[in-house]
Amino acid sequence: MSLELFLFYLASAVAVFATLRTITCLNAAHALLYLISSLLSIAVIFYLIGAPFAATLEVIVYAGAIMVLFVFVIMMLNMGKQTVEQERSWLNPVIWIGPGIICTVLLAELVTLLVQKERLLETVIVTPKEVGISLFGPYLLAVELASMLLLAGLVGAYHLGRPLTQKQPGSIK
Amino acid sequence: MIAIPVEHCLLLSVMLFCLGLLGVLVRRNIIFVLMSMEIMLNAIGLAFVSGGARWGQADGQVMFLLVITLAAAEVAIGLALVLQLYQRYRTLDIETISKMKG
Repeated sequence: MSLELFLFYLASAVAVFATLRTITCLNAAHALLYLISSLLSIAVIFYLIGAPFAATLEVIVYAGAIMVLFVFVIMMLNMGKQTVEQERSWLNPVIWIGPGIICTVLLAELVTLLVQKERLLETVIVTPKEVGISLFGPYLLAVELASMLLLAGLVGAYHLGRPLTQKQPGSIK
Repeated sequence: MIAIPVEHCLLLSVMLFCLGLLGVLVRRNIIFVLMSMEIMLNAIGLAFVSGGARWGQADGQVMFLLVITLAAAEVAIGLALVLQLYQRYRTLDIETISKMKG
């Protein structure tokens, strides 16, 4: 087994384990740290399969920018020890059964479809230059639409994030 | 030349997607639901990139870029909604907003 293959399986194991810990963790900040380590190991996988640009974006945008938003919100909501107790009361083992069965069935279906035949991925490194040429050539319309989506997200987040006024329904005096 | 089976990349992507789906279905704290949705979007991005790497084309990474954009917009709106929920009801339980009039 070559070093790259070993690194690939190691990073995959880390990603799956960290994701499992993310969805079972009681403390939101700890779950966020596990999620970040999962994203970083997926960035390693991107690098190994010859996508260095995607790996960089994964680290900068996902593990950097998006997770910082989560950190801000968790800090603003100031979730302390009592929320851990609350999470423990919400997460009794019985409620895992139904969704667990659904997800296992889905996973089994997809795995049986995938393990039919094995093709080797000969790693060709796709450089950022090729990605950029493709991005601003045939995919120019998609880039424009993505920028409009981001603008809509900005406006929506600004609108929703404003503080409550007194007259709105549901506000607690 | 490195030879990683492309099926194994896709298997990893499928496993992460199912874990994210499990998180969305099980958790009641809305922050964990948003995190699980991030996991699912990231798994989709991994599938796109490994597909692009299989054929040595840049299109997979372009799609990954668009998925990242979608995730950023989604998480900005979602976290703004989390703040609204917390300001109105002082809780992060998604059960409280199941009785919305609409």
